[in-house]
Amino acid sequence: MVVKVYGPVRAACVQRVLLCLLEKDVEFEIVHVDLDAGEHKAPDFLLRQPFGQVPAIEDGDLKLFESRAIIRYYAAKYEERGPKLLGKSLEERAVVDQWVEVEAHNFNDLVYTLVLQLVILPRMGKQGDLALAHGCEQKLEKVLDIYDQRLSNSTYLAGDTFTLADLTHLPAIRYLVNDAGMGHLVTQREHVNAWLQTISNRSAWKKLMMLANY
Amino acid sequence: MATPVKVYGPPLSTAVSRVLACLLEKDVQFQLIPINMSKGEHKNPDFLKIQPFGQVPAFQDESISLFESRSICRYICEKYPDKGNKGLYGTNPLAKASIDQWLEAEGQSFNPPSSVLVFQLAFAPRMKIKQDQTAINQNEEKLSKVLDVYEKRLGESQFLAGDDFSLADLSHLPNTHYLANAAGRGELFTSKKNVGRWWGEISNRDSWKKVVEMQKQRT
Repeated sequence: MVVKVYGPVRAACVQRVLLCLLEKDVEFEIVHVDLDAGEHKAPDFLLRQPFGQVPAIEDGDLKLFESRAIIRYYAAKYEERGPKLLGKSLEERAVVDQWVEVEAHNFNDLVYTLVLQLVILPRMGKQGDLALAHGCEQKLEKVLDIYDQRLSNSTYLAGDTFTLADLTHLPAIRYLVNDAGMGHLVTQREHVNAWLQTISNRSAWKKLMMLANY
Repeated sequence: MATPVKVYGPPLSTAVSRVLACLLEKDVQFQLIPINMSKGEHKNPDFLKIQPFGQVPAFQDESISLFESRSICRYICEKYPDKGNKGLYGTNPLAKASIDQWLEAEGQSFNPPSSVLVFQLAFAPRMKIKQDQTAINQNEEKLSKVLDVYEKRLGESQFLAGDDFSLADLSHLPNTHYLANAAGRGELFTSKKNVGRWWGEISNRDSWKKVVEMQKQRT
């Protein structure tokens, strides 16, 4: 049974799910959703994802939305296969979860707003709010200082192996560095820089980049 | 008898009260260690060692030090599956997936607009900070749209993730309590039939009533 992932392959939240499935070697099929055409707000799609967002998945009878819920499900379902994305013990799993929450609440909103103002709106021919973007950049500096401190004590966010905690950051960081021109936020921090080099070198991430035509 | 777990933070904090509600549902003994945020205790070097972002809550037991309220809640449920409310985080992977889905919906869609409203309407006045009416209007509109989705969902199932009360519902208690009481915005919830029914049920749970009592005592 192939997992159907609904959403455009370039959306960060969709990539979060695809990356997890690639790490766990789970077969999937991408069902494109045309955001420009408003397909995500059409009645059919709202039955899959009532907030009108991507991604959503369908796996046999199972239907799920929210990328971080989806990756938790598949990381647990295929725990015995591939990398231990949830750590090796109850305590390690809690630390993994903690950093997934940090990404969701302390990191993602800042990156999203910054990318929206500097990249997405201009692409749509609209004016981005530069002051707002700059404010986000300054807040991100402080957040990444904390990440740098953390990563000076361990190779990966949750410990000494790659987990969901690291995986969940990759899609948005790519937007931040490659599309929004914020690479200095990473390169100016020794441990964040080393961490990003390591995790972007994984074959699952490279496969995803090819799939997304980068 | 196990040593009580430690929770750091003021019970008035929405994120702290999320963890307290979970501990009470799971019947896990805890010790609440106050952190005086108006005195900046959450930015003290000692506290930053256990919560480097300088936020509340933080949590410790004999084997771990953790932060982020929703992951603390998940940990408590996983560590004590047989205590208190056994189904709080589901008893099988599919139930857990549904709970995680609605926990994420709370974190991503409900929490942002409701947090702004809680701050603007319940906390800003008492902190003598000027309210931002534009922010209030925008976030009331956003929250109303989110509650439209909840209204439909709660017409299909008793609680958000299914027919049993779960972490997904619990996670909504702190912000909704302030909105319905201190902020005087109860109508946002009670004007919708299913959401009103749901709020009435979840806020009436013994665990939440105990948290509200703790909040009153520490005012």
